[in-house]
Amino acid sequence: MVKEIERYGIPIVHMSTITTISESVGANRIVPTIAIPYPVGNPNLDKQEEEDLRKDMVNRALDCLATEITETTQF
Amino acid sequence: MKFKVLYYVNQFFGQVGGEDKAGMAPEYKKEKIGPALGFNGLLGDEGEVVGTLICGDNYFNENNEEALEYIKNVIKEENPDVVVAGPAFNAGRYGMACAGVVNAAAEMGKKVVTGMYIENPAVDHAKGNAIIVETKDSAADMRNALPKMAAIVKKLMSGEEVGTPAEEGYIAQGKRLTVFAKDRGSKRAVDMLLARFNNEEFETELPMPVFDKVDIAPAIKDLSKATIALVTSGGIVPEGNPDRIQSASAQKWGKYDVSGVDSLQEGGYETIHGGYDPVYANELPDRVAPLDFMKQAEKEGKIGKVFKYFYTTTGTGTAVGKSIEFGTEIGKELKEAGVDGVILTST
Repeated sequence: MVKEIERYGIPIVHMSTITTISESVGANRIVPTIAIPYPVGNPNLDKQEEEDLRKDMVNRALDCLATEITETTQF
Repeated sequence: MKFKVLYYVNQFFGQVGGEDKAGMAPEYKKEKIGPALGFNGLLGDEGEVVGTLICGDNYFNENNEEALEYIKNVIKEENPDVVVAGPAFNAGRYGMACAGVVNAAAEMGKKVVTGMYIENPAVDHAKGNAIIVETKDSAADMRNALPKMAAIVKKLMSGEEVGTPAEEGYIAQGKRLTVFAKDRGSKRAVDMLLARFNNEEFETELPMPVFDKVDIAPAIKDLSKATIALVTSGGIVPEGNPDRIQSASAQKWGKYDVSGVDSLQEGGYETIHGGYDPVYANELPDRVAPLDFMKQAEKEGKIGKVFKYFYTTTGTGTAVGKSIEFGTEIGKELKEAGVDGVILTST
């Protein structure tokens, strides 16, 4: 899905835990995530810490959409 | 003397449990568990499974180094002749674990065999070192896969030549071997050409590799004016799953208006994904698809806005052909709506 959406020329960031799969399916912008059942969160943290974590990851993903790259890059 | 086989399985085939046990650290048992038992029976007098390594799929993929260290130690202690993993069918995480195990074992000089469906993303990671028996996409194919795997292991150990991928039922490794052909090249080429002319079946002797790399899309110039869409393969849907998106092997995707809510939790979403423990996502769906902080980025002016619709499907056991179709359809809508960038999350 990542590859087909990017084919339209729309920058796309893949947030995934198993980044090796992400690379082999052809994602160009990748943000590694926390764990498979909760990629963008962590139930082991308290509420505030978890929110800070998710905010940081979302902002990182947004920033990478605004970053020019020349090869597959993990942010 | 019988040759020694060490067998690797995940928590499910190791009969520990389902997704709720996917976080288990590796354990070694000097027993034949799950497929290891059937496999052992197929070896007859020639070989024996000396033990079964079991590891949770999430644990392996999230704690790769620790898992491999434990597994390598067991391999060192047991000193088997062969390490067999899986078969993993079309399970991505299990496939990646099998690939990790066989690659580590191959580095230690062991013979390695596993089994996977051709679309398993782990095939590319394992095929350089391992013979991967080609299976169907579900565990129902176990009874066909194990005999093929056992036959190959027996040949590897007896020194008998392993036949071609087509003969033995494994995935081509991209190796070229020198063989004597019945006819010389010119005759084979003319035969193939004639077969094509006559619309008869023919088989190329050198399949061309397919390279399909998509060009990197240019970066967004001004994030503060950009519309960003959220897409997930984590199976997050409105409660009750109104469009009945399948929990595995998805046949469709859904889109839902999220313009009126500040988070997926507020919107009353849940997961129907059949490939991971749903507890954490049901508690807070934004852990899988972070609409909450995308909306906050919109409020803070970091981005222009979050696209009106949120797109979703289930990425477990979903055929590559289907995901291409979904991506093409969703991408077309996003392009036509003037979306500038996309966040896609996967579990």
